[in-house]
Amino acid sequence: MVEVSLRPGIADPQGATIERALPALGFDSVHGVRTGKAIRFSIDAGDEIEARTRVDELCRRFLTNPVIEDATVTLTSDSAINGAAEGAMR
Amino acid sequence: MTTSVGVVLFPGSNCEHDVVEAVKGLGEDAQLIWHGDQTLPPVDAVVLPGGFAHGDYLRPGAIARFSPIMESVARFASDGGPVVGICNGFQVLTEAHLLPGALQKNRGLTFLCMPVDLEVASTRSVLTSGVHVGDRLRIPINHFEGNYTCDHETLAELKGEDRIVLRYVDNPNGSVDDIAGICNPTGNVVGLMPHPERACDALLGSEDGKSLWRSLFTWALDRAAAR
Repeated sequence: MVEVSLRPGIADPQGATIERALPALGFDSVHGVRTGKAIRFSIDAGDEIEARTRVDELCRRFLTNPVIEDATVTLTSDSAINGAAEGAMR
Repeated sequence: MTTSVGVVLFPGSNCEHDVVEAVKGLGEDAQLIWHGDQTLPPVDAVVLPGGFAHGDYLRPGAIARFSPIMESVARFASDGGPVVGICNGFQVLTEAHLLPGALQKNRGLTFLCMPVDLEVASTRSVLTSGVHVGDRLRIPINHFEGNYTCDHETLAELKGEDRIVLRYVDNPNGSVDDIAGICNPTGNVVGLMPHPERACDALLGSEDGKSLWRSLFTWALDRAAAR
């Protein structure tokens, strides 16, 4: 999963608008609302290092605009997911 | 001699015919160029029009940047060819790294569609070579993501190299330093959020866009004569 967020210091009007709306709903103690987007996909790679290298490149060239956005990449091995599923079935 | 302007049509562009009409209305020639073409036809200038290229998916301009025609546009630009990106076209130029910075959602999260007053800040661009610094132009804007942003170094560079082309008189969208348009170091690549093609007929409220188009035609003609 790639989480795309605005870089620190870049104004986030959407987050600011959400934050301004919260007191009206009774949520007074919420601060620093920042919005972003999550992009999930599968990638075929030999190992985790190869997968991370390719996803980092994909983020840099396409999924984020490095001028205003950062990416946080979370990798989950498919075999681990399948293994967990199999485990659950047993 | 007639200036030939190529207007790139991306899937989702919606201002391409406005540009063609404006150019032809000023006595020059314009043609549409499909984004999927690999090469540019022989043209004197290229315009990336407004709209929602590739649906603005991911980010405005993020996918258009990879359209096959863009490699030829980049080559044309590096050869000194005049390239103008209007609105979504400006967003495409920043995503393609032909211009620095990025265009964010407007301050206040409001889609803005209205005429605005602009002040010419530099005459070293293809679009402003025929006007004067300080000239006021009334030209419409029509965007949700027109809030120009860049880091401090880039802003200092833009200022130092006289590359801020147009500024808003009354900043509508939160753009840093009131920026409405910028150019590359050589002045031949320009991006702006306002739509000069929609300010070429008194019936539409303003003819102030004409002087910008005429600047482009003159530049293109001079370049053709010099080659």
